[in-house]
Amino acid sequence: MYDILFLLLFPLIVAAILLVFRNEKIRSIIVKVSAAIIAIASIYVAIEYIDGGTVLFDFENVIVDYLMLITEIGLGIVIFYLGIKYKKYLVSILALIQTPLMVWFELTKGHDISISNYLYIDALSCIMVLIIGVIGSLITVYAVGYMKDFQKHHEGEPDRRYWFFFLMFVFLSAMFGIVTSNSLVWMFFFWEITTLCSFFLIGYTRTDEAVRNSFLQLVLNLIGGLAFVFAIVIIGSEHNILEFNKLLELGTGSMTVLLPIALLSLAGIVKAAQMPFHSWLLGAMVAPTPTSALLHSSTMVKAGVFLILKLSPSLHDNIAGEMVIIVGGVTFLLASMAAISQSNAKRVLAYSTIANLGLIVACGGVGVEAAVWAGIMLMIFHAITKSLLFLCVGTAEHHIGSRNIEDMDGLFCEMPKLAMFMIIGIAGMFLAPFGMLVSKWQALTAFVDSQSIILIICVCFGSAVTAFYWTKWLGKLVAIVAGKENVEKTVHREEWFVLGTLTALVIVTCLTFPLISEYMVAPYLGTAFATGGSAIAALGSGNMYILLAMLALILLLPIPFLGKTKKKIVPNYMCGVNTGDNISFTGAMNCETQISLRNWYMENWFGEEKMNKFGLVITIVTILAAIILIIGGVA
Amino acid sequence: MNTISMIILVVGYLILAPILGCLLAGIDRKISARMQGRIGPPILQPYYDVRKFIEKDQITPNKVQDFYVMCFLLFVIITGCIFFSGGDLLLVIFALTLANVFLVIAAFSSNSPYSQIGAERELYQMMAYEPMILLTAIGFYLVSGSFQVDTILTSSEMPFIYLIGIFIGFLFILTIKFRKSPFDLSMSHHAHQDLVRGLTTEFSGRSLAAVEVSHWYENIMLLGFVFLFFCNGTIAGYIAGIIVCILAYFLEIVIDNCFARMKWQVALKSSWVVAVMLGVINVGALMILL
Repeated sequence: MYDILFLLLFPLIVAAILLVFRNEKIRSIIVKVSAAIIAIASIYVAIEYIDGGTVLFDFENVIVDYLMLITEIGLGIVIFYLGIKYKKYLVSILALIQTPLMVWFELTKGHDISISNYLYIDALSCIMVLIIGVIGSLITVYAVGYMKDFQKHHEGEPDRRYWFFFLMFVFLSAMFGIVTSNSLVWMFFFWEITTLCSFFLIGYTRTDEAVRNSFLQLVLNLIGGLAFVFAIVIIGSEHNILEFNKLLELGTGSMTVLLPIALLSLAGIVKAAQMPFHSWLLGAMVAPTPTSALLHSSTMVKAGVFLILKLSPSLHDNIAGEMVIIVGGVTFLLASMAAISQSNAKRVLAYSTIANLGLIVACGGVGVEAAVWAGIMLMIFHAITKSLLFLCVGTAEHHIGSRNIEDMDGLFCEMPKLAMFMIIGIAGMFLAPFGMLVSKWQALTAFVDSQSIILIICVCFGSAVTAFYWTKWLGKLVAIVAGKENVEKTVHREEWFVLGTLTALVIVTCLTFPLISEYMVAPYLGTAFATGGSAIAALGSGNMYILLAMLALILLLPIPFLGKTKKKIVPNYMCGVNTGDNISFTGAMNCETQISLRNWYMENWFGEEKMNKFGLVITIVTILAAIILIIGGVA
Repeated sequence: MNTISMIILVVGYLILAPILGCLLAGIDRKISARMQGRIGPPILQPYYDVRKFIEKDQITPNKVQDFYVMCFLLFVIITGCIFFSGGDLLLVIFALTLANVFLVIAAFSSNSPYSQIGAERELYQMMAYEPMILLTAIGFYLVSGSFQVDTILTSSEMPFIYLIGIFIGFLFILTIKFRKSPFDLSMSHHAHQDLVRGLTTEFSGRSLAAVEVSHWYENIMLLGFVFLFFCNGTIAGYIAGIIVCILAYFLEIVIDNCFARMKWQVALKSSWVVAVMLGVINVGALMILL
């Protein structure tokens, strides 16, 4: 148990130290060393517990309970105050409902419920610990280099980087807490801490836009938090339990179990930025890029899908599950479509994150073993690939001065190494034989098997759309544009190290996906589901060998061939006389004209507003209908 | 399917597909010419064209483009091999997507206005036909209980009986895949259609030959999909399959000659409507019935 407590407490201590030592050099060393320690510790924990089934830990400490309660009240007051100060009264109202309700419950009803196991760990927690510990600490290392440039770009503003790193490490601690808490009260506590960390990080630059978006995040996540509180209150007062493992054993026969499960799923849906709550994730893109990579793609939003995947056995074939399926599926389809209309790279990534989380949520909602396999695999691959992409965009932005995809014309010439990493990241997101596609494939098979026509539609159309927006970005990257200078010499060493490691991880996880499936995902499925050993499409009938052979081919082919040619290099066809540099031509009337190439965005069809409108209507109706049906006892 | 027949089929595909595909392209041109009141080129004209491409001076706009084109050819062939060795239909579809992405990237890489327009259109076409192709695979799965081509091949009843809607939908998107009018948006075989040849504007010599050859390979594999609709493990089923393949190709030629290129908007709208109306409804009906 002490190794898990170490994971919870060590980042907190580091955070406190970072608050004190504000010197840049010292901070850089502290961050790097503690990131390494966290990564090693999480690998150690994962190895120790991964095939040990569910291990529960008895941890009884009244002082800790009261400390948490006091912190909770303190945070409630802070949120209330901030809401008043910035005239966001909705925030204050939500805090005013949530905190007293939780405090009242804990002091009265909750006080009498005995919790025997506060902490636990199983294979799924181990996977999450690995994601948080390894990718999370890599991102903090990247942030060391990135924030130097960030400060340079925001000259004249006070240096508040100590605050940034403080939040990052507090966040890591809270994430470890979420994935190892068996007590619902504890889980909720950590849940709210991540919300607040995200709130402060989004508002980090304190521009009007940042403040506005941070409050949007806060409002929506407080709604999710409120759902969480209601769930706790109902479970606690109806069944006298506050432990996750016991909740899952209740079965879903009665309304008093189904309702809290639906509410917890709702909390997960908000955290995972699903429609109708997805707008906070888009707003969150104003935060510095390491934040987007850590909180808003690879870890915090994963807490939402983690909760839903954990609940998954209880979501099979009931109305709560249907709600989750429709919300996830529709979000996957519509967010993918909306991504087409975006030219801001970070927004494309945000929409793609929302979409992929939607797919994972849908997998959880189906609640069968094969779908959950796909969900967990998607979670792993997405965490690695998406953080790589975010960090690539962050570095590109600091060196070409734009995060617009249109300005990434010929990145291959300007920043060849970075472009290679980005290309691998993008290919990793949607192409065979990379991991995301393999998991998506399994998801599709599982959806067909569970006869869910809605999800079949969403996946068929959604993946067609996905291929479109990724490939058009890829096209911009690979274009060879004359007259570009190499600008990647000034990229910090930390950034290269992290980008290289993540790229290697993308490839290694693809090469080893059968092993990941066997030694990491299967142990969890064995404990969570009674029926064992369902067929995994990508692993059957020699498919695995074909996939691995394809991957090897893609990786090895460029080595002897790419960039070498004996052919004569000639200028492009321009329908006019090419002036020789492929970017301008002499047209009619003997005037020289520059060409400029732009991508397709199909605003009329896939415009953001349109998609959002559709999505909001469908998902709000679904959620309301599901909850009303459950309360009405129809389901 | 045992290993030996698998190897025979794959080798057969590797050797015969380009020959058949080439003949098919030649016959296509002949029939089209006759429909237009011309005599038309000799049947072997596509082969002469490719031989000429290979003999041309080797030129290229940059150092990477032709590498991508060769990857395209390679993965189209691999896709066909997976299909004809009785592999997984979904894997076939994903591998084909990968191949097509290479083609699109090749066109993007030259940063030339015409080829980029072609590339974007090719991408757009992929978005148009992909849902229907996936639904086709799902339809086969629901009927025969497997995504494996070799299992579908020996199903006891013709999948066609259950998959009429999907079959029509598949024929519809086949028009896009065969690059026939009205949906030959990204590049066309007709001189009257494209002033500059879309996607392939910057390809020349061997690269252009590679695109041509991969087209032959791809067409044969797509006809393999059509064939699959009629397999019921008997010789009669196989013969029916081959006859329908020929008819389907002829139908595409007729469509090709009856239509001028439509506006690009039509391609996506119509094929998605087809995918929903025929594909989804057929799949839904199968779920209720089976």
